[in-house]
Amino acid sequence: MQQTFEQQRRYETGEAELLTFYEQMLLIRRFEEKAGQLYGLGLIGGFCHLYIGQEAVAIGLQSALDNEKDSVITGYRDHGHMLAYGIDPKIIMAELTGRLAGISKGKGGSMHMFSTEHKFYGGHGIVGAQVPLGGGLALAHQYRDDGGLCLAYFGDGAANQGQVYETFNMASLWKLPIVFAIENNQYAMGTAVRRSSAETEFYRRGTAFRIPGMQVNGMDVLEVRQAAEVAFAHVRAGKGPVLMELETYRYRGHSMSDPAKYRTREEVQEVREKSDPIEGAKADLLRLGVSEDRLKEIDKRIRAAVTESADFAESSPEPGADELYTDVLVGSY
Amino acid sequence: MPIELKMPALSPTMEEGTLARWLVKEGDSVSAGDVLAEIETDKATMEFESIDEGTVGKILIPEGTENVKVGTLIAVLTGEDEDASAIPAQAAKAEAPEEDHKAAESGAPKGDAPSGTDQLAASATPAVDPEIPAGTNMIKLTVREALRDAMAEEMRLDERVFVMGEEVAEYQGAYKVTQGLLEEFGPRRVIDTPITEYGFAGIGTGAAMGGLRPVVEFMTFNFAMQAIDHIVNSAAKTNYMSGGQMRIPIVFRGPNGAASRVAAQHSQNFAPWYANVPGLVVIAPYDASDAKGLLKAAIRSDDPVVFLENELVYGRSFELAQLDDHVLPIGKARIVREGKDVTIVSYSIAVGLALEAAETLVGEGIDAEVLDLRTLRPLDREAILTSLAKTNRLIIAEEGWPTCSIASEVAAICMEDGFDNLDAPVLRVCNEDVPLPYAANLEAMALIDADRIVEAARKVCYR
Ligand SMILES: Cc1ncc(C[n+]2csc(CCOP(=O)(O)OP(=O)(O)O)c2C)c(N)n1
Ligand SMILES: [Mg+2]
Repeated sequence: MQQTFEQQRRYETGEAELLTFYEQMLLIRRFEEKAGQLYGLGLIGGFCHLYIGQEAVAIGLQSALDNEKDSVITGYRDHGHMLAYGIDPKIIMAELTGRLAGISKGKGGSMHMFSTEHKFYGGHGIVGAQVPLGGGLALAHQYRDDGGLCLAYFGDGAANQGQVYETFNMASLWKLPIVFAIENNQYAMGTAVRRSSAETEFYRRGTAFRIPGMQVNGMDVLEVRQAAEVAFAHVRAGKGPVLMELETYRYRGHSMSDPAKYRTREEVQEVREKSDPIEGAKADLLRLGVSEDRLKEIDKRIRAAVTESADFAESSPEPGADELYTDVLVGSY
Repeated sequence: MPIELKMPALSPTMEEGTLARWLVKEGDSVSAGDVLAEIETDKATMEFESIDEGTVGKILIPEGTENVKVGTLIAVLTGEDEDASAIPAQAAKAEAPEEDHKAAESGAPKGDAPSGTDQLAASATPAVDPEIPAGTNMIKLTVREALRDAMAEEMRLDERVFVMGEEVAEYQGAYKVTQGLLEEFGPRRVIDTPITEYGFAGIGTGAAMGGLRPVVEFMTFNFAMQAIDHIVNSAAKTNYMSGGQMRIPIVFRGPNGAASRVAAQHSQNFAPWYANVPGLVVIAPYDASDAKGLLKAAIRSDDPVVFLENELVYGRSFELAQLDDHVLPIGKARIVREGKDVTIVSYSIAVGLALEAAETLVGEGIDAEVLDLRTLRPLDREAILTSLAKTNRLIIAEEGWPTCSIASEVAAICMEDGFDNLDAPVLRVCNEDVPLPYAANLEAMALIDADRIVEAARKVCYR
């Protein structure tokens, strides 16, 4: 599989689609910057994990999904995955500020957001839990024979959880239609990969379960998308799971209260300068002859949408007191 | 427009901090990601990054200033072609709130997934046990068979229902509860899992999120400790955290409580653990009729259900009405023996002991009422208080540890809402507060028995 991928590493597309990717990545970037700002103003509380730097992963993978059938699940660093679906930034931001108009009525917050309408199943706060849950979503696809697959994201830190391997085993044994996507952003909170992992080449970690792995540059949206084409085709052909390792980087702290003493500022700066996914896509677009002005236009539009989402999230009302008691159970007993 | 930089909250608990050092000076141009200042929080020294590009216009709070409140204006960035002198006036204007009407207009753009709130009223479950029509044939059935029949009937009715767990298919169930299911429904719907509780509890929960109705069997609930994270964090809380979008219609079932001579790791009643958790339904039936009727209700429920069985009761036979569709209400206790002198509240295997104690008490002139809770969450407070109001004396018989138990909860309910009806203190009759020993004599000493219940009943009747 890696070989197929090596033959052609970058997805071939025209200006129009690449512009879409660019715009989507930029939306995530600006949204997250704004979220950081609102956090600083005390409008967002608790834990808030930003996706800045990792944008190409969600956009590259999710653009290859069949949204009629496929499902997605991830951990708490979930804003980008929701924006990738085109879900209205207003209701995501309003969830971050804990408002009734938020996608979880303000009861889930940054880490717990869902959209059953888009087959996006969260947004889970327990590191690694989304992996077997994703296995279950894949089981449901197989059980109903609906042709869908589940894309389950998790981090390099989560990759050390036992339940991940329990799921690998069952997924491979039962040939579940699931793509395991490890977003290796090099750190789990303050722990660098090499300090936590005996095998740091995560794409190899499925080997004991006969799950083929792919190593992908997660900072290049076209490479991610091409890898997705290869991986999804394998899964859709009924051949069982694939494990993708997306090598990426988070620019910001783990969550908003991260003092960042475990890495140097130079390290972060170097990634930003050399392999930023948005700058990369921009360079590709300029090469294709898209004008700077057109890109500036996009940036302006996105800034406006993000500002609007922040205004909305700031001014819309908190949930009413009655919401405290709703949604605990579905039935009345 | 100039961009205001305010003292950021850099941790969930930070209210103020020290502006330790400015890394830029007025007139410097900065781009997104540049570090502007170092700020000391209650936890650490953090770097404050710029998220916009522009020129540092004015620095309003000098470095070294302590106790700067979160939200204080500390500096201003100007964009291209702007004049820093225009700043103070502009900044003041930005404070004016004028957004209130905006929110109302936009409303909450949501999918049409029904929320839990919408569905609260839609429950079709009967509030009381349905009448058994006259002339209904009564049959004798073991609890084991009743449970199997419940699953088989629901699987026939609803294609989404499937069973998974260790040894549930080819081996026919470690305790033979799933006997015959593989033959009738095949391996797609009766799934043998590897020994991997955390994993398959998660897979089951995910399948429920994906629209199926899994019945996950734990060989015993002792092994569900490895899976409790998914039961509590993934299954119980997700509907709430999603504002009612996510349904988790799953049943976790299997034997719970002390078996016989298997020592501490294999002998524990987890009822109080699960009953502590909002978002779960917890059922622990005693006889075959309740086992069948409540398991069918559990499978039909849209909520996650923990269904606690008891190995020592599996083989006991009880009378059961032969009905096409025997479904019982969740959340309702049942008086299994009427009496007027003292109420014995119980559930699961201890109901048998309570009934035995009641027979003994007859000989002493004490007429005991035995109330089987059947559902432990939501607990039928009304049934407890009604019986208390009738007998004025109440004890709880529970095969489990006394500390933070269901018994403790029932006692609290009596104190809070039944105090005026109490003629004696509420007593808990439970196991000894020790890990269950292996030796036959010690095991017998540790476990609740009918004699202890009789003793407690005498005590509250002042005999
Ligand atoms: C079971 C569990 N243990 C610990 C935590 C606290 N925690 C939250 S995120 C995190 C680091 C995870 O890192 P990684 O999987 O690499 O994902 P990333 O944050 O880099 O996206 C930890 C330890 C948790 N939420 N759940
Ligand atoms: Mg990581």
